[in-house]
Amino acid sequence: MIDNPVLRIIAKIIIPMILLFALYVQFHGDYGPGGGFQAGVIFAAGFILYGLVFGTEALRSAIPPGVLRLLIAVGLLLFAGVGVVTMLAGSDYLAYNALAQDPLAGQHLGILAVEFGVGITVSAVMITIFLAFAGRNDP
Amino acid sequence: MIAGLYNYWIVILLMMTGFYVVISSGNLVKKIIGLNLFQASVFILYISIGKIANGHVPILQEGVSNYSNPLPHVLILTAIVVGVSTTALGLALVVRIRETYDSVEEEEIHRQDESL
Amino acid sequence: MLIEVINIVLLALLAVTAIAAVRLHDLFAVAMMFGIYSLLAAVMFVLLDAVDVAFTEAAVGMGISTVLMLGTIGLVGRHERASAHRSLLPLAVVVATGVALIYGTLDMPFFGDPDAPVHQHVAPFYISESPSQTGVPNVVTSILASYRGYDTLGELAVIFTAGVGVLGLLGLRRRKRPGKEGPHDDR
Repeated sequence: MIDNPVLRIIAKIIIPMILLFALYVQFHGDYGPGGGFQAGVIFAAGFILYGLVFGTEALRSAIPPGVLRLLIAVGLLLFAGVGVVTMLAGSDYLAYNALAQDPLAGQHLGILAVEFGVGITVSAVMITIFLAFAGRNDP
Repeated sequence: MIAGLYNYWIVILLMMTGFYVVISSGNLVKKIIGLNLFQASVFILYISIGKIANGHVPILQEGVSNYSNPLPHVLILTAIVVGVSTTALGLALVVRIRETYDSVEEEEIHRQDESL
Repeated sequence: MLIEVINIVLLALLAVTAIAAVRLHDLFAVAMMFGIYSLLAAVMFVLLDAVDVAFTEAAVGMGISTVLMLGTIGLVGRHERASAHRSLLPLAVVVATGVALIYGTLDMPFFGDPDAPVHQHVAPFYISESPSQTGVPNVVTSILASYRGYDTLGELAVIFTAGVGVLGLLGLRRRKRPGKEGPHDDR
Protein backbone atom coordinates (compact mmCIF):
# COMPACT_ATOMS: atom_id res chain seq x y z
CA MET A 1 0.00 0.00 0.00
CA ILE A 2 3.03 2.23 0.44
CA ASP A 3 3.04 2.91 -3.32
CA ASN A 4 -0.27 4.71 -3.30
CA PRO A 5 0.54 8.44 -3.02
CA VAL A 6 -2.99 9.52 -2.08
CA LEU A 7 -3.16 7.11 0.81
CA ARG A 8 0.34 8.01 1.98
CA ILE A 9 -0.17 11.78 1.97
CA ILE A 10 -3.63 11.67 3.54
CA ALA A 11 -2.35 9.32 6.23
CA LYS A 12 0.57 11.63 6.98
CA ILE A 13 -1.84 14.55 7.35
CA ILE A 14 -4.47 12.89 9.51
CA ILE A 15 -2.34 10.73 11.81
CA PRO A 16 -1.05 13.73 13.85
CA MET A 17 -4.62 14.99 14.11
CA ILE A 18 -5.84 11.61 15.38
CA LEU A 19 -3.11 11.54 18.02
CA LEU A 20 -3.83 15.12 19.08
CA PHE A 21 -7.55 14.37 19.26
CA ALA A 22 -6.79 11.33 21.41
CA LEU A 23 -4.85 13.51 23.86
CA TYR A 24 -7.76 15.99 23.93
CA VAL A 25 -10.22 13.18 24.66
CA GLN A 26 -7.88 11.85 27.34
CA PHE A 27 -7.47 15.06 29.31
CA HIS A 28 -10.87 16.63 28.60
CA GLY A 29 -12.79 13.54 29.71
CA ASP A 30 -13.84 15.19 32.98
CA TYR A 31 -15.82 17.90 31.22
CA GLY A 32 -17.03 16.36 27.98
CA PRO A 33 -17.46 12.90 26.55
CA GLY A 34 -14.21 11.02 26.74
CA GLY A 35 -11.78 9.36 29.10
CA GLY A 36 -9.01 6.82 29.22
CA PHE A 37 -10.74 3.98 27.38
CA GLN A 38 -11.80 6.11 24.42
CA ALA A 39 -8.50 8.00 24.25
CA GLY A 40 -6.46 4.80 24.42
CA VAL A 41 -8.42 3.26 21.57
CA ILE A 42 -8.21 6.39 19.40
CA PHE A 43 -4.48 6.76 20.08
CA ALA A 44 -3.99 3.12 19.08
CA ALA A 45 -6.12 3.67 15.96
CA GLY A 46 -3.67 6.39 14.84
CA PHE A 47 -0.73 3.98 15.13
CA ILE A 48 -2.69 1.16 13.50
CA LEU A 49 -3.46 3.41 10.54
CA TYR A 50 0.27 4.11 10.29
CA GLY A 51 0.96 0.39 10.37
CA LEU A 52 -1.68 -0.34 7.70
CA VAL A 53 -0.38 2.29 5.28
CA PHE A 54 3.38 2.13 5.82
CA GLY A 55 3.75 -1.52 6.86
CA THR A 56 4.33 -3.22 10.19
CA GLU A 57 8.12 -2.82 9.92
CA ALA A 58 7.73 0.98 9.93
CA LEU A 59 5.35 0.75 12.88
CA ARG A 60 7.84 -1.44 14.76
CA SER A 61 10.59 1.08 14.28
CA ALA A 62 8.26 3.94 15.28
CA ILE A 63 7.28 2.22 18.52
CA PRO A 64 9.48 -0.75 19.45
CA PRO A 65 7.66 -3.89 20.72
CA GLY A 66 9.79 -3.89 23.87
CA VAL A 67 8.54 -0.41 24.78
CA LEU A 68 4.94 -1.52 24.11
CA ARG A 69 5.28 -4.51 26.41
CA LEU A 70 6.62 -2.21 29.10
CA LEU A 71 3.75 0.27 28.61
CA ILE A 72 1.12 -2.49 28.96
CA ALA A 73 2.33 -3.05 32.50
CA VAL A 74 3.05 0.63 33.29
CA GLY A 75 -0.57 1.72 32.81
CA LEU A 76 -1.99 -0.98 35.07
CA LEU A 77 0.71 -0.31 37.67
CA LEU A 78 -0.06 3.43 37.56
CA PHE A 79 -3.72 2.70 38.29
CA ALA A 80 -2.91 0.25 41.09
CA GLY A 81 -0.15 2.57 42.35
CA VAL A 82 -2.58 5.45 42.86
CA GLY A 83 -4.46 3.16 45.23
CA VAL A 84 -1.26 2.40 47.13
CA VAL A 85 -0.48 6.13 47.39
CA THR A 86 -3.91 6.85 48.86
CA MET A 87 -3.34 4.05 51.37
CA LEU A 88 0.05 5.51 52.32
CA ALA A 89 -1.69 8.87 52.76
CA GLY A 90 -3.77 7.23 55.46
CA SER A 91 -7.02 6.57 53.59
CA ASP A 92 -8.68 3.63 51.85
CA TYR A 93 -7.51 2.03 48.60
CA LEU A 94 -8.42 4.35 45.67
CA ALA A 95 -10.02 6.99 47.96
CA TYR A 96 -8.69 10.00 46.07
CA ASN A 97 -9.73 12.58 48.70
CA ALA A 98 -6.46 11.90 50.51
CA LEU A 99 -4.29 12.91 47.53
CA ALA A 100 -4.46 16.66 48.25
CA GLN A 101 -5.46 19.04 51.04
CA ASP A 102 -8.73 19.86 49.33
CA PRO A 103 -10.86 16.72 48.72
CA LEU A 104 -12.08 18.03 45.35
CA ALA A 105 -8.52 18.69 44.18
CA GLY A 106 -7.59 15.20 45.38
CA GLN A 107 -10.46 13.66 43.44
CA HIS A 108 -9.47 15.59 40.34
CA LEU A 109 -5.83 14.51 40.59
CA GLY A 110 -6.81 10.91 41.27
CA ILE A 111 -9.24 10.71 38.36
CA LEU A 112 -6.69 12.22 35.96
CA ALA A 113 -3.94 9.81 37.05
CA VAL A 114 -6.20 6.78 36.88
CA GLU A 115 -7.58 7.70 33.46
CA PHE A 116 -4.03 8.22 32.22
CA GLY A 117 -3.13 4.73 33.41
CA VAL A 118 -6.17 3.29 31.61
CA GLY A 119 -5.23 5.17 28.43
CA ILE A 120 -1.64 3.86 28.45
CA THR A 121 -2.57 0.22 28.95
CA VAL A 122 -5.48 0.24 26.50
CA SER A 123 -3.49 1.85 23.68
CA ALA A 124 -0.43 -0.35 24.26
CA VAL A 125 -2.55 -3.52 24.31
CA MET A 126 -4.39 -2.53 21.11
CA ILE A 127 -1.16 -1.76 19.20
CA THR A 128 0.43 -4.97 20.50
CA ILE A 129 -2.55 -7.04 19.37
CA PHE A 130 -2.48 -5.41 15.93
CA LEU A 131 1.27 -6.08 15.57
CA ALA A 132 0.81 -9.67 16.66
CA PHE A 133 -1.82 -10.29 13.96
CA ALA A 134 -0.39 -8.16 11.17
CA GLY A 135 3.21 -9.26 11.77
CA ARG A 136 2.34 -12.96 11.73
CA ASN A 137 3.07 -13.45 8.04
CA ASP A 138 6.09 -11.16 7.81
CA PRO A 139 9.23 -12.81 6.48
CA MET B 1 -47.59 -2.40 24.90
CA ILE B 2 -46.11 -2.72 21.42
CA ALA B 3 -45.12 0.95 21.43
CA GLY B 4 -43.39 0.51 24.79
CA LEU B 5 -41.55 -2.72 24.12
CA TYR B 6 -40.83 -3.02 20.39
CA ASN B 7 -37.36 -1.61 20.98
CA TYR B 8 -36.43 -4.54 23.23
CA TRP B 9 -37.98 -7.05 20.83
CA ILE B 10 -35.90 -5.89 17.90
CA VAL B 11 -32.78 -5.96 20.06
CA ILE B 12 -33.66 -9.56 21.02
CA LEU B 13 -34.02 -10.34 17.31
CA LEU B 14 -30.52 -8.94 16.76
CA MET B 15 -29.16 -10.95 19.68
CA MET B 16 -30.70 -14.12 18.29
CA THR B 17 -29.20 -13.40 14.86
CA GLY B 18 -25.74 -13.34 16.44
CA PHE B 19 -26.55 -16.46 18.43
CA TYR B 20 -27.69 -18.25 15.25
CA VAL B 21 -24.36 -17.47 13.57
CA VAL B 22 -22.50 -18.86 16.59
CA ILE B 23 -24.32 -22.20 16.69
CA SER B 24 -25.01 -22.80 12.99
CA SER B 25 -21.76 -21.78 11.31
CA GLY B 26 -18.88 -24.22 11.16
CA ASN B 27 -16.27 -21.57 10.41
CA LEU B 28 -14.47 -20.41 13.54
CA VAL B 29 -13.91 -16.83 12.31
CA LYS B 30 -17.59 -16.48 11.48
CA LYS B 31 -18.49 -17.87 14.89
CA ILE B 32 -16.42 -15.13 16.53
CA ILE B 33 -18.03 -12.45 14.35
CA GLY B 34 -21.42 -13.85 15.41
CA LEU B 35 -20.36 -13.64 19.04
CA ASN B 36 -19.47 -9.99 18.44
CA LEU B 37 -22.88 -9.31 16.88
CA PHE B 38 -24.50 -10.88 19.93
CA GLN B 39 -22.30 -8.79 22.21
CA ALA B 40 -23.07 -5.50 20.42
CA SER B 41 -26.80 -6.27 20.68
CA VAL B 42 -26.50 -6.84 24.43
CA PHE B 43 -24.82 -3.42 24.63
CA ILE B 44 -27.78 -1.83 22.85
CA LEU B 45 -30.18 -3.59 25.25
CA TYR B 46 -28.34 -2.26 28.29
CA ILE B 47 -28.16 1.29 26.99
CA SER B 48 -31.88 1.17 26.03
CA ILE B 49 -32.72 0.30 29.62
CA GLY B 50 -30.80 3.37 30.83
CA LYS B 51 -32.65 5.77 28.53
CA ILE B 52 -35.21 8.17 30.03
CA ALA B 53 -37.74 9.75 27.66
CA ASN B 54 -36.69 13.34 26.93
CA GLY B 55 -33.60 12.77 29.07
CA HIS B 56 -30.26 14.45 28.53
CA VAL B 57 -26.72 13.23 28.12
CA PRO B 58 -25.34 12.66 31.65
CA ILE B 59 -22.89 15.56 31.54
CA LEU B 60 -24.09 18.02 34.15
CA GLN B 61 -25.10 21.49 32.99
CA GLU B 62 -27.12 24.41 34.31
CA GLY B 63 -30.89 24.24 34.08
CA VAL B 64 -31.18 20.55 33.21
CA SER B 65 -32.50 18.06 35.72
CA ASN B 66 -33.58 14.92 33.85
CA TYR B 67 -30.49 12.96 32.86
CA SER B 68 -30.44 9.47 31.41
CA ASN B 69 -29.07 6.82 33.74
CA PRO B 70 -25.24 6.96 33.59
CA LEU B 71 -24.63 3.60 35.28
CA PRO B 72 -25.31 1.35 32.24
CA HIS B 73 -23.06 3.67 30.22
CA VAL B 74 -20.14 3.01 32.56
CA LEU B 75 -20.69 -0.75 32.54
CA ILE B 76 -20.94 -0.95 28.75
CA LEU B 77 -18.06 1.47 28.14
CA THR B 78 -15.64 -0.86 29.89
CA ALA B 79 -17.37 -3.94 28.44
CA ILE B 80 -16.73 -2.75 24.87
CA VAL B 81 -12.97 -2.45 25.38
CA VAL B 82 -12.81 -5.72 27.33
CA GLY B 83 -14.88 -7.26 24.51
CA VAL B 84 -12.37 -6.32 21.83
CA SER B 85 -9.51 -7.69 23.94
CA THR B 86 -11.23 -11.03 24.40
CA THR B 87 -12.18 -11.10 20.70
CA ALA B 88 -8.51 -10.64 19.88
CA LEU B 89 -7.65 -13.55 22.16
CA GLY B 90 -10.25 -15.72 20.40
CA LEU B 91 -8.97 -14.74 16.96
CA ALA B 92 -5.40 -15.50 18.08
CA LEU B 93 -6.56 -18.99 19.06
CA VAL B 94 -8.18 -19.36 15.62
CA VAL B 95 -4.89 -18.40 13.94
CA ARG B 96 -3.03 -21.01 15.97
CA ILE B 97 -5.69 -23.65 15.22
CA ARG B 98 -5.31 -22.86 11.52
CA GLU B 99 -1.53 -23.30 11.78
CA THR B 100 -1.89 -26.67 13.50
CA TYR B 101 -4.84 -28.20 11.60
CA ASP B 102 -4.56 -26.20 8.36
CA SER B 103 -8.29 -25.48 8.53
CA VAL B 104 -10.75 -23.30 10.43
CA GLU B 105 -13.79 -25.45 9.63
CA GLU B 106 -15.15 -27.25 12.66
CA GLU B 107 -15.97 -30.50 10.82
CA GLU B 108 -12.50 -30.74 9.32
CA ILE B 109 -10.88 -30.18 12.73
CA HIS B 110 -13.12 -32.84 14.30
CA ARG B 111 -12.23 -35.26 11.51
CA GLN B 112 -8.51 -34.78 12.08
CA ASP B 113 -8.73 -34.86 15.84
CA GLU B 114 -10.33 -38.18 16.68
CA SER B 115 -10.39 -37.54 20.40
CA LEU B 116 -13.33 -35.20 19.90
CA MET C 1 -41.78 12.03 17.02
CA LEU C 2 -38.71 12.54 14.88
CA ILE C 3 -36.67 10.61 17.45
CA GLU C 4 -39.04 7.64 17.15
CA VAL C 5 -38.75 7.64 13.36
CA ILE C 6 -34.93 7.72 13.52
CA ASN C 7 -35.08 4.98 16.13
CA ILE C 8 -37.21 2.71 13.93
CA VAL C 9 -35.05 3.35 10.85
CA LEU C 10 -31.86 2.57 12.79
CA LEU C 11 -33.31 -0.62 14.28
CA ALA C 12 -34.43 -1.73 10.82
CA LEU C 13 -30.98 -1.06 9.37
CA LEU C 14 -29.37 -2.97 12.24
CA ALA C 15 -31.65 -5.94 11.56
CA VAL C 16 -30.88 -5.87 7.82
CA THR C 17 -27.13 -5.74 8.47
CA ALA C 18 -27.25 -8.58 10.99
CA ILE C 19 -29.30 -10.80 8.66
CA ALA C 20 -26.96 -10.01 5.77
CA ALA C 21 -24.05 -11.11 7.98
CA VAL C 22 -25.79 -14.46 8.53
CA ARG C 23 -26.49 -15.08 4.86
CA LEU C 24 -23.11 -14.12 3.40
CA HIS C 25 -20.38 -16.72 3.09
CA ASP C 26 -17.52 -14.44 2.09
CA LEU C 27 -15.86 -13.67 5.43
CA PHE C 28 -14.50 -10.35 4.14
CA ALA C 29 -18.08 -9.21 3.49
CA VAL C 30 -19.19 -10.54 6.87
CA ALA C 31 -16.47 -8.52 8.62
CA MET C 32 -17.55 -5.40 6.70
CA MET C 33 -21.16 -6.03 7.76
CA PHE C 34 -19.94 -6.21 11.34
CA GLY C 35 -18.20 -2.85 10.90
CA ILE C 36 -21.39 -1.30 9.54
CA TYR C 37 -23.36 -2.86 12.37
CA SER C 38 -21.00 -1.28 14.92
CA LEU C 39 -21.28 2.13 13.30
CA LEU C 40 -25.09 1.91 13.34
CA ALA C 41 -24.93 0.82 16.98
CA ALA C 42 -22.79 3.88 17.73
CA VAL C 43 -25.40 6.15 16.12
CA MET C 44 -28.03 4.34 18.18
CA PHE C 45 -26.03 5.09 21.35
CA VAL C 46 -25.98 8.81 20.54
CA LEU C 47 -29.75 8.66 20.19
CA LEU C 48 -29.97 6.92 23.58
CA ASP C 49 -27.91 9.70 25.29
CA ALA C 50 -24.81 7.53 25.74
CA VAL C 51 -22.21 9.70 24.02
CA ASP C 52 -19.24 8.15 25.83
CA VAL C 53 -20.33 4.69 24.78
CA ALA C 54 -20.97 5.84 21.20
CA PHE C 55 -17.46 7.21 21.08
CA THR C 56 -15.96 3.93 22.22
CA GLU C 57 -18.14 1.77 20.00
CA ALA C 58 -17.27 3.84 16.93
CA ALA C 59 -13.54 3.60 17.61
CA VAL C 60 -13.48 -0.03 18.75
CA GLY C 61 -16.21 -1.72 16.71
CA MET C 62 -15.71 0.18 13.49
CA GLY C 63 -11.94 0.54 13.81
CA ILE C 64 -10.01 -1.97 15.83
CA SER C 65 -12.35 -5.01 15.83
CA THR C 66 -12.80 -4.82 12.09
CA VAL C 67 -9.07 -4.44 11.45
CA LEU C 68 -8.39 -7.46 13.68
CA MET C 69 -11.00 -9.53 11.84
CA LEU C 70 -9.52 -8.55 8.49
CA GLY C 71 -6.05 -9.40 9.80
CA THR C 72 -7.28 -12.84 10.85
CA ILE C 73 -9.08 -13.40 7.55
CA GLY C 74 -5.83 -12.52 5.80
CA LEU C 75 -4.13 -15.31 7.76
CA VAL C 76 -6.80 -18.03 7.55
CA GLY C 77 -8.52 -17.46 4.19
CA ARG C 78 -11.66 -15.60 3.29
CA HIS C 79 -14.15 -18.23 2.16
CA GLU C 80 -16.42 -20.14 4.44
CA ARG C 81 -17.03 -23.67 3.26
CA ALA C 82 -20.74 -24.32 2.87
CA SER C 83 -21.87 -26.75 5.51
CA ALA C 84 -22.57 -30.24 4.18
CA HIS C 85 -25.60 -30.87 6.32
CA ARG C 86 -27.90 -28.03 7.29
CA SER C 87 -30.18 -29.03 10.11
CA LEU C 88 -33.08 -27.07 11.47
CA LEU C 89 -31.87 -27.63 15.02
CA PRO C 90 -29.94 -24.30 15.36
CA LEU C 91 -32.96 -22.39 14.05
CA ALA C 92 -35.26 -24.14 16.53
CA VAL C 93 -32.89 -23.39 19.44
CA VAL C 94 -32.64 -19.74 18.43
CA VAL C 95 -36.40 -19.32 18.02
CA ALA C 96 -37.07 -20.98 21.38
CA THR C 97 -34.51 -18.75 23.13
CA GLY C 98 -35.89 -15.66 21.43
CA VAL C 99 -39.48 -16.46 22.41
CA ALA C 100 -38.38 -17.04 26.01
CA LEU C 101 -36.55 -13.69 26.07
CA ILE C 102 -39.53 -11.86 24.56
CA TYR C 103 -41.75 -13.46 27.18
CA GLY C 104 -39.31 -12.08 29.76
CA THR C 105 -39.65 -8.55 28.41
CA LEU C 106 -43.43 -8.53 28.97
CA ASP C 107 -42.86 -7.67 32.64
CA MET C 108 -40.27 -5.01 31.87
CA PRO C 109 -40.97 -1.30 32.34
CA PHE C 110 -41.59 0.43 29.02
CA PHE C 111 -38.77 1.97 27.02
CA GLY C 112 -37.93 5.47 28.36
CA ASP C 113 -40.08 5.10 31.48
CA PRO C 114 -38.61 7.50 34.12
CA ASP C 115 -40.22 5.50 36.95
CA ALA C 116 -38.46 2.23 36.06
CA PRO C 117 -36.79 0.55 39.06
CA VAL C 118 -33.36 0.90 37.43
CA HIS C 119 -33.59 4.69 37.70
CA GLN C 120 -34.58 4.73 41.40
CA HIS C 121 -31.66 3.23 43.24
CA VAL C 122 -28.06 4.48 42.84
CA ALA C 123 -28.17 6.57 39.65
CA PRO C 124 -29.96 9.61 41.24
CA PHE C 125 -27.36 9.56 44.01
CA TYR C 126 -24.50 9.66 41.49
CA ILE C 127 -26.12 12.47 39.52
CA SER C 128 -26.92 14.63 42.56
CA GLU C 129 -23.75 14.01 44.59
CA SER C 130 -21.13 13.85 41.83
CA PRO C 131 -20.61 17.66 41.56
CA SER C 132 -20.06 18.13 45.30
CA GLN C 133 -18.10 14.91 45.91
CA THR C 134 -15.86 14.79 42.83
CA GLY C 135 -16.27 18.15 41.07
CA VAL C 136 -16.44 16.42 37.68
CA PRO C 137 -19.36 17.40 35.42
CA ASN C 138 -19.22 14.23 33.30
CA VAL C 139 -21.01 11.75 35.56
CA VAL C 140 -19.83 8.79 33.46
CA THR C 141 -16.20 9.71 34.16
CA SER C 142 -16.80 10.25 37.87
CA ILE C 143 -18.53 6.87 38.25
CA LEU C 144 -15.95 5.11 36.09
CA ALA C 145 -12.85 6.46 37.80
CA SER C 146 -14.02 7.30 41.28
CA TYR C 147 -17.21 5.64 42.53
CA ARG C 148 -16.48 2.38 40.73
CA GLY C 149 -12.70 2.58 40.68
CA TYR C 150 -12.26 -1.04 41.83
CA ASP C 151 -14.46 -2.21 39.00
CA THR C 152 -12.44 -0.28 36.43
CA LEU C 153 -9.17 -1.57 37.89
CA GLY C 154 -10.51 -5.09 37.42
CA GLU C 155 -11.54 -4.36 33.82
CA LEU C 156 -8.10 -2.96 33.09
CA ALA C 157 -6.56 -6.12 34.52
CA VAL C 158 -8.73 -8.15 32.11
CA ILE C 159 -7.47 -6.08 29.17
CA PHE C 160 -3.89 -6.52 30.41
CA THR C 161 -4.40 -10.28 30.66
CA ALA C 162 -5.93 -10.50 27.19
CA GLY C 163 -2.97 -8.54 25.78
CA VAL C 164 -0.51 -10.88 27.49
CA GLY C 165 -2.53 -13.85 26.23
CA VAL C 166 -2.37 -12.68 22.61
CA LEU C 167 1.38 -12.11 23.00
CA GLY C 168 1.74 -15.61 24.36
CA LEU C 169 -0.24 -17.13 21.49
CA LEU C 170 1.11 -15.15 18.55
CA GLY C 171 4.18 -13.37 19.93
CA LEU C 172 5.81 -10.23 18.62
CA ARG C 173 8.29 -11.76 16.24
CA ARG C 174 11.46 -9.83 15.67
CA ARG C 175 12.93 -9.09 12.31
CA LYS C 176 15.23 -11.94 11.27
CA ARG C 177 18.64 -10.61 10.31
CA PRO C 178 20.56 -12.66 7.75
CA GLY C 179 23.31 -14.74 9.31
CA LYS C 180 22.30 -13.83 12.85
CA GLU C 181 19.73 -16.19 14.25
CA GLY C 182 18.40 -15.65 17.73
CA PRO C 183 18.96 -18.35 20.33
CA HIS C 184 15.30 -19.38 20.21
CA ASP C 185 12.73 -18.90 17.51
CA ASP C 186 9.23 -17.95 18.58
CA ARG C 187 7.58 -20.49 16.35
